Amino acid sequence: MLRGQLTLRAGDFLLDSGEFEIETTGVTALFGRSGSGKSLLLRAMAGLDPQTRGHLHFGTERWQDGRWRLPASCRDIGFVFQDAALFPHLDVRGNLDYARRRAPGVTVASMVAIAEEVGIAHRLDQDVGSLSGGERQRVAIARALVSRPRLLFMDEPLSALDWGAKAELLGLIETLAASTGVPILYITHAPLEVERLATRVVFMAEGRIERVETLRDALARPDSPLFDEEGPVSVFEGELGAPGDFGLLPFNTPGARLWLVGTPGRKPGAARLRILARDVALALDAPGRASILNQLAVTVEHIEPESGGRVTVVCRLGDGQRLLAQITAWSAHTLALAPGMAAFALIKSVALVD
Amino acid sequence: MLVTLHVRLLAWIALFLTALPVSALASGEVVTAAVAANFTKTIEEIGARFTEETGHTIRFSSGPSGKLYAQIRNGAPFDLFFSADTEKPELLAAEGRADTPFVYARGRLALYSPDLPVREGWQQVLEEAGFRHLAIANPRTAPYGAAALEVLTSLGALERVEPKFVQGESIAHAFQFVATGNAALGFVALSQLVDPAGPVFGKGEFWLVPEDLHSPIDQAAVVLERGRASPAALAFMDYMRSPRAREIIERYGYSIP
Amino acid sequence: MIELFGASISLEPIWLTLQVAAVTTVILLLLGTPLAWWLARTRTRWRVVIEAIVALPLVLPPTVLGFYLLIVLNPNGAVTQFLRGFGFEGQLTFSFTGLVIGSVLYSLPFAVQPLMHAFESLSERLLDAAATLRAGTLDRFFSVVVPLSRRGFLTAATLSFAHTVGEFGVVLMVGGNIPGQTRMVSIAIFDHVESLAYTEAHVLSAMMLVFSLVVLTLVYGLNRRFGVKVG
Repeated sequence: MLRGQLTLRAGDFLLDSGEFEIETTGVTALFGRSGSGKSLLLRAMAGLDPQTRGHLHFGTERWQDGRWRLPASCRDIGFVFQDAALFPHLDVRGNLDYARRRAPGVTVASMVAIAEEVGIAHRLDQDVGSLSGGERQRVAIARALVSRPRLLFMDEPLSALDWGAKAELLGLIETLAASTGVPILYITHAPLEVERLATRVVFMAEGRIERVETLRDALARPDSPLFDEEGPVSVFEGELGAPGDFGLLPFNTPGARLWLVGTPGRKPGAARLRILARDVALALDAPGRASILNQLAVTVEHIEPESGGRVTVVCRLGDGQRLLAQITAWSAHTLALAPGMAAFALIKSVALVD
Repeated sequence: MLVTLHVRLLAWIALFLTALPVSALASGEVVTAAVAANFTKTIEEIGARFTEETGHTIRFSSGPSGKLYAQIRNGAPFDLFFSADTEKPELLAAEGRADTPFVYARGRLALYSPDLPVREGWQQVLEEAGFRHLAIANPRTAPYGAAALEVLTSLGALERVEPKFVQGESIAHAFQFVATGNAALGFVALSQLVDPAGPVFGKGEFWLVPEDLHSPIDQAAVVLERGRASPAALAFMDYMRSPRAREIIERYGYSIP
Repeated sequence: MIELFGASISLEPIWLTLQVAAVTTVILLLLGTPLAWWLARTRTRWRVVIEAIVALPLVLPPTVLGFYLLIVLNPNGAVTQFLRGFGFEGQLTFSFTGLVIGSVLYSLPFAVQPLMHAFESLSERLLDAAATLRAGTLDRFFSVVVPLSRRGFLTAATLSFAHTVGEFGVVLMVGGNIPGQTRMVSIAIFDHVESLAYTEAHVLSAMMLVFSLVVLTLVYGLNRRFGVKVG
């Protein structure tokens, strides 16, 4: 749990977080437009800037109190910078060793194990200058993990990478977050990264924390900042099953079963499913024979005011998960939709988040 | 219209350009003299009088004699050379670069101290040698230094005070050591003590060393190759022997042989 | 005393010069490093003033600096009196100590500026990264700053040393030309020139020229070999 209130001035920009309380389990995304103060907040939380003021507690530990600041070197944290920030005078092994020698009780063997897990074991004796962008970021992640952090900060670690490396690293971070159990504070301005990794989102704008909420809640708001030009999105967490007839993949969430097609090579297991609200239609009667695969019984919870001839309808599944549907205002009127009504959601298209 | 304007402008420029050297020449010739640094102030006063009386302009380039000598040998454009010793003018004369030297001033050596009673008690002060440093000019390069060495030898005090020597590269430098309090006392030039504008004027006390205790500190001047053809240069050399010039030289603490 | 090309050269000034230069260089590195670090990192507006003061010896005629030292370090001056309080008995001017003090001030910019530039070009991120890996302030300095500023240190040391060897004005003013104590090479050369002993002056000058050339070549060679690659 990170609890506090921090201010930090950088040139003309003022970070003034306001009081906050952030649960630190799993991955917490710090989301906001560039210039919203995400990086500054992360630096302030990590204790990297001596100009930081305010107060901050990590659990019961005091990290910042007015001008007093527990140095970053004493906070048992890890930090992965946008540009990796590898030491150019050391090779890959030297970079990892730098962390190992300063972390209590970390053996060379466990260091090498981390290098293997992160996928840079074969690069240990190379100069950091010879690494690709993706490899550099892997070394930075491995270095941070070697120091056995209690909290890992990541400042847009993927933003400088090309599409392929980005996808690979996103998978790696997801795996590491689960396997190491180290809580992560992750800065990004890409909604897809949030939907893929985060359990919790900290929204920032103009140097303030606007709100902290779970990903599920964040996505249940039709005006969520996570939604871009594609409009509102619903994300389901569940289990992907083994492929069946006609290449159909079952996706099981506690409240429903959905079917996917056309994602060859995807292994069964935990996954997230993404549904655009504009791909969801509503019917009051159970549709008879129709080509649409995924039909779910829902309850209308709430209807957003009209905008541009359309309305967004927030529906609830049996298990409480929310599904957003975007329909024309005219349809909503003719169907006389109202909160509490039972309906059927017809989903034209679903996709795995990756 | 435009053309006449240009013509008029050109005429003005031409007039301005021709007027410059004319006005400089109108008052006489320009002479350049190389002067040993210690004598600069004295000769500038003489030069000002000379200009007043004759209309000739005289410019002084001052520096350590050794440096000036090296410059002259390497073609520096000087008409006259006023050295701080006699050796360098004689060398120039022997090399055919200058006429016969003449001694224009004789330096007076003084033992000066801001604190010690050297006027009456110089003998005791030198005998006891209770001070930390005694400043002299470098005897190898400066005539005042060589003279100081001779004085100490003839007084039989050299052995005792030699370990206390600090050497200035010139007499001006040795004087600085004493004037700033870094050396307790020093052999300096009388001219440095009697200058009313000097830093120690009226402070401390000095013993004027009798001239028979050391060989004369003669300063000689020569007319250089370049000055032979200049009536103004020759005129200034004559002026240096005039009673008016002698009066100034003596007032600045030199004697005249 | 050695005979070289028909000139008898005293080795004493050479030995003394090397000693002064070595001591000066060590002191300058110890003193210049924190100063350069502060200058490179501080955000105070006093920075420009301090920078200007450090750079003063570059523009000030050395004899001016020497003259002020003569006044500041004189036996009745505050500095000497202050040291007397700690049992100091000697005199600062006309001594090895005085020469070193003068040289340190005179060569200060030659040590501080290369270090400052090295520190300035150092990425702040690397220090942040080190801090999050549990490296404290001093640890960061020695494990990140020093190895990444090798060039700067090498340049600072060489320039300080070479500049001290070649210095003249300051030692002329505060030295007093005492054989074996304060007569450095440059003064010896000046003496030879002034007393028209040109052969000795030539030999000594040539020795200094060759020495300086060798040192600088060595340093540039080392710099090239151990230059830090920043990828």
